[in-house]
Amino acid sequence: MQFRLSQTPIDTAQARSELLDLGAGGYVAFEGWVRDHNEGREVSRLEYEAFQELAVKEGGRILAEALRRFPVRHALCIHRVGTLSLSDMAVWVGVSSTHRGEAFDACRYIIDEVKHRVPIWKKEHYRSGDSGWVNCERCAAAPGHAHEPVAFANPE
Amino acid sequence: MSPAADPPVFGLILAGGSSSRMHRDKAALRYGGKNQLDRAFDLASGHVSPVFVSVRGSQTADPTRAQRPMIVDSFPGEGPVVGIRSALAAHPDVAWLVVACDLPFLSDTALSQLLRERDAAALATAFRSAHDGLPEPLCAIWEPRAAAALMSYQDGGGQCPRKFLMRHAARLLEPSDRRALDNVNTPEEYAHASSTFDTSGAPMQLSIHYYALMREQAGRSEETLETSAATPSALYDELSARYGFTLAREQLKVAVNSEFSDWSRRLAGGDAVVFIPPVAGG
Repeated sequence: MQFRLSQTPIDTAQARSELLDLGAGGYVAFEGWVRDHNEGREVSRLEYEAFQELAVKEGGRILAEALRRFPVRHALCIHRVGTLSLSDMAVWVGVSSTHRGEAFDACRYIIDEVKHRVPIWKKEHYRSGDSGWVNCERCAAAPGHAHEPVAFANPE
Repeated sequence: MSPAADPPVFGLILAGGSSSRMHRDKAALRYGGKNQLDRAFDLASGHVSPVFVSVRGSQTADPTRAQRPMIVDSFPGEGPVVGIRSALAAHPDVAWLVVACDLPFLSDTALSQLLRERDAAALATAFRSAHDGLPEPLCAIWEPRAAAALMSYQDGGGQCPRKFLMRHAARLLEPSDRRALDNVNTPEEYAHASSTFDTSGAPMQLSIHYYALMREQAGRSEETLETSAATPSALYDELSARYGFTLAREQLKVAVNSEFSDWSRRLAGGDAVVFIPPVAGG
């Protein structure tokens, strides 16, 4: 099981085929897309940046945890880096499983953990011309508060 | 059980050992200019209060130990089980954060995890060794209810606190800081461990990589730096003063050599450090 970073658009057909398994009765996938707004701002594009070595390690640990916690057969996550336009796919998670219930649960677990733990950063460029690193700029404005949990959801 | 109902936790530094394999008193061994008893005592004091030193009756006048509040062995026999039983007997309603005197890499991370994940309903909360999967009894929280079980264990001839934990209801944790429990028993192990600490204070070369907001504020994606900062924490202070980072250290994580690290880890020459601002994948 792997966590991968991709400089190019995610090939979901190829990714899905990696999960095929004669014992699997189904598969659940999640796609995260670039949305045109976040926290009241109009977004025009996103830039993703990753600390490659640790992102791949931590992402791999999350997939391994999902396989331990839920009885699923295979799991894969691919995250984009670089500049993304509106509606581009930023992240893909796929899980194949004997039964559907645990596939939904594992997929949800993986995307939630990836968002909180993997060293990937997102810079939003706004229609108004300025930009900001998500979860960092407001932290800087209010250094007293902890950054976890932060409610953030772009794209999703 | 609600945290309010749990017994309070005191600290106990075990310094009654005979250090037979070391041929020197392990409590008096120095790392980075400070002896191990003081290091363990100060570390524990950051988490629990009060902290005591566990000693044998013959050690009460020993200069390394005498300046500290002591709990003197009050049961016959020798070894850590006697020290732990003596503490439980001295304060019967208190749990003990027990720390051995041969853990030079013990960290705030490890002690925080023990206290956070403590299970007061178990006899003890301990780490599972990253090496052999067995419980680590000498960096653990021992609950008041362990006293009776330890008495019958010792009465039955038992001396090994690890075997005790294997046979009784102990809560075992996977250590998030795997190096914290590496102990030092022989002169060779001491030489190796102390060399890690004695570089602190001397200038060394580190490589720093910057990402996202940190990269923009530092105005570079990497640099090699001559520094005497002994820990990532000190290094962040140094670089903050230079670059005016807007994020407080508490908002960041840190990685050393491409793995998440403790802020108090001792840096060594050649280490690669990355400060990790709040992440935002997905």
